[in-house]
Amino acid sequence: MTEKLLISLTVNGEQHDDLVVESRHTLVDVLRHRLGLTGTHVGCEHGICGACTILLDGAPARACLIFAAQAEGQDIRTVESLADGGELNDLQRAFSAHHGLQCGFCTPGFLMLAEGFLAERPEATREEIREVVSANLCRCTGYQTIVDAIEDCARTRRGEVGEPR
Amino acid sequence: MTWVGRSAARREDPRLLTGNGTFVDDIHLPRMLHAQFVRSTIANGTVTGVDLSGTLAVPGVVAAFTAADLEMGDITAVLERPPSEFVPTAMPVLARDRVRFVGEPIAIVLAEDPYSVEDGVEAAQVTYEAHPPVLGEEAALAPGAPLVHAAAAANTLVDVSMFATEGIDDIFAAAHRVVRVRSRTGRQNALPLETRGAVATWDAREEQLLVRTCTQVPHQVRTVVAGCLGLGERAVRVVVPDMGGGFGLKCVVGREEIAAAAAALRLRRPVKWIEDRRDALTASFLAREQRYDVCAAFDEDGRILALDADVVCDMGAYSCYPFTAGIEPLMASAELPGVYRVPAYRVRGRAITTNKAPSAPYRGVSRPQIVMVMERVFERAARELDLDPVEIRRRNLITEFPYTGINDVTYDPGSYLEALNLCERMLRDEGWYERKEQAAAEGRFLGIGYSCFNERTGYGSGAFAKRKMAVVPGFDLAQITMDLTGGVTVTTGTMSHGQSHETTLAQIAAGRLGLDLAQIKIHQGDTDRITYGFGTFASRSATIGGSAVARAATKLADRLLHLGAHLLETTPDDVELHDGHVRRRDGGGRALAYRELAEVAYLKANLLPKDAEPGLTATASFDVHGDGTFSNAAHGAVVELHPGTGRVEFLRYVCVEDCGVAINPQVVEGQCRGGIAQGIAGALFEEVTYDEQGEPLCASFIDYKVPTANEIPDIEIHHLETPCAFTESGAKGAGEGGTIGAPAAVLNAVNDALRPTGVELEDTPIRPETVQRAIGAYA
Repeated sequence: MTEKLLISLTVNGEQHDDLVVESRHTLVDVLRHRLGLTGTHVGCEHGICGACTILLDGAPARACLIFAAQAEGQDIRTVESLADGGELNDLQRAFSAHHGLQCGFCTPGFLMLAEGFLAERPEATREEIREVVSANLCRCTGYQTIVDAIEDCARTRRGEVGEPR
Repeated sequence: MTWVGRSAARREDPRLLTGNGTFVDDIHLPRMLHAQFVRSTIANGTVTGVDLSGTLAVPGVVAAFTAADLEMGDITAVLERPPSEFVPTAMPVLARDRVRFVGEPIAIVLAEDPYSVEDGVEAAQVTYEAHPPVLGEEAALAPGAPLVHAAAAANTLVDVSMFATEGIDDIFAAAHRVVRVRSRTGRQNALPLETRGAVATWDAREEQLLVRTCTQVPHQVRTVVAGCLGLGERAVRVVVPDMGGGFGLKCVVGREEIAAAAAALRLRRPVKWIEDRRDALTASFLAREQRYDVCAAFDEDGRILALDADVVCDMGAYSCYPFTAGIEPLMASAELPGVYRVPAYRVRGRAITTNKAPSAPYRGVSRPQIVMVMERVFERAARELDLDPVEIRRRNLITEFPYTGINDVTYDPGSYLEALNLCERMLRDEGWYERKEQAAAEGRFLGIGYSCFNERTGYGSGAFAKRKMAVVPGFDLAQITMDLTGGVTVTTGTMSHGQSHETTLAQIAAGRLGLDLAQIKIHQGDTDRITYGFGTFASRSATIGGSAVARAATKLADRLLHLGAHLLETTPDDVELHDGHVRRRDGGGRALAYRELAEVAYLKANLLPKDAEPGLTATASFDVHGDGTFSNAAHGAVVELHPGTGRVEFLRYVCVEDCGVAINPQVVEGQCRGGIAQGIAGALFEEVTYDEQGEPLCASFIDYKVPTANEIPDIEIHHLETPCAFTESGAKGAGEGGTIGAPAAVLNAVNDALRPTGVELEDTPIRPETVQRAIGAYA
């Protein structure tokens, strides 16, 4: 159970070699506690709440349901990758403009969920966005403004509207 | 520039959107140990042995302690009421011999990493002598029932009979009609997405225990930690990092953070405890399990004549600090009449204790239930008297203010009738009544439901003293200091955990000081930085905390005017503050930038007026001595019931709210929508249940259904504005209204849809199988 493994992970374009982990260590714990990337949050550790959502080779995944060792060789992206320098990206700006976050605990998960989804389906309708947003839990907002933010970002990326504010 | 009333962009957002927030679990310290708890596996019994030898043999485990190993005082919350009305109960930090619910902490285990500590907990051996558990109202109140606490006869912690208007029985006897509503609401978890947690460190240099924890009430945590560990208040510092929600669950003092602090003190190493989701669902604090039996007398015109209520709240195993088990029954009893003119009133409110995880306040505290019950009373009366359900409300609403109710509460002005009328007009204008008729003709089940309610906010020491709490929350403090660059730091005793105080409190200060938001820093959640405070709960922060900030800002503004006038060689009356400067009102001479004033105040004190103190700091407090200020709202819900699945689908949800002056309308809307979502959660989805042995049946998100974006509809919000006369900004609280109004609107809409079936539901959550059965039996 406490077997030690030597692994390497590629996170946000940076390779981390010589990571000694136990086989049971989840990816989210290694990201947070070994690599210091604490933007990815832990909400339930059983794959329901989605606070730990990251991108694995571009697709949204629950980092609490994956062992770190399983993520070797995959491109891992976390919320820390979204902003360019100090500049928020368009999705982050849309969340702020629409008040799509209150306490902010679930927010990194929703951002990564939306990034992965919009990359796969830029033409997404509001109904499709709502369906995808239903994958994660938020206790503060009632979800409407999260859907608004993602829809607005998608429409802006499609050139249909200018950015809010 | 006016800042109050603008939807200023949230200053919290950039760090939270980039993953740069610091939540308690993000804190890592050198030599930090990880703590978890050995918890009771039985609901009621005596611990006959705790064997931690296996635990200590687990690699990585450093220590494990029981109550006997750590000297810790109990947590005792008190109401200053006679023994006939209130029985205090001590909650030990770790259970000694007696355990009273599944999940009660018995021992703390400390290990080098979070995985080993789980192994250590698993290796502990606890033996018990089990007793039959007491698991509900019927069992708790049955003659000869086993006692959860020996001191609490009939398992009753609070028993108050209030008001009892003279002649009330005669009014009932002579009334044209008496309606009765019996309602039960399920036990719920407030469920902040961030679970509870703490990192405790002994600071040898400061000779101080530093407890970083996600709490809504940092000073109360300090007081209890100091008390339980026998330390002076000054030897404990509580610091609150970013918080992932609270909703009331984090406005009481928990046991685990104290045990973690005790372990840190003993081992002289930092100790981190992060609650996992299973413990958060089963062993933290719960709320809302209540039963109402209410009779209301009406005349033939539908005017309510009298109200008689019996309320029983199942508060679980212990009283929460500082509110006590009275939190729910006292709120319900004092405020049941709500927005209606009730001429005669009698209520008995009880808190019972059972072998379930204890209760804490949860957003709205009893008001979701009392509003639901009152709105059911009027719906029922409307049916029996053949009146329109909105019209019967109109006939009974309070419309003249201030109004002192039969419950001895004085309501400040609100827009009860206007909100209800607007809400109804919106649904009528959109054609929902026609659509309902058409649906009925097609054999579909479409219903329209309303709720009309107020929400007391700004509970000051006057309101809590009326409850007879030994600890009387109420006032709050703010301190504002201008630094050498001419910007200010505002320190507040309130504690934002999603409510955007870094933005809204800055808006309040900005207007008074003629500063831009960027020049204002809000500091909160550090007991060493402000004398005392009561944190954030009960929609008190904008009203009380915000007013303290406004007053401190006004004081500082006054100092700036005096200093500026002195330096400009004129009188304070002849100068004004504008955009970071003091200038002459007549436009003459040079305007002095704040940094120039600050330079004099700090670095050139020789230039100060003779009577002036160096520095630029102002402190102010605010309290509410009367009954607080009442926000109000009306909700309208349109639902369609699906016969096959029993699903309740929302077709429309509108809310007309009045929280006085909205400091930041976007933030207010966020509070409304989020609150409504939690109200819908209680109305349709969430309930913590137990088996007959007291084993919790909701230990994961698979068993406890938290609604997602698929279940929560888009909500349209309209604002009315009846400014509060005594808060500094005219604001009333806005934190809880959504949660308070939603269950009634949803239940009424479902009942309206079920009307053809003759079934009227009174309990929540409304389960799909209940809807399905009602329709199935009719079909």
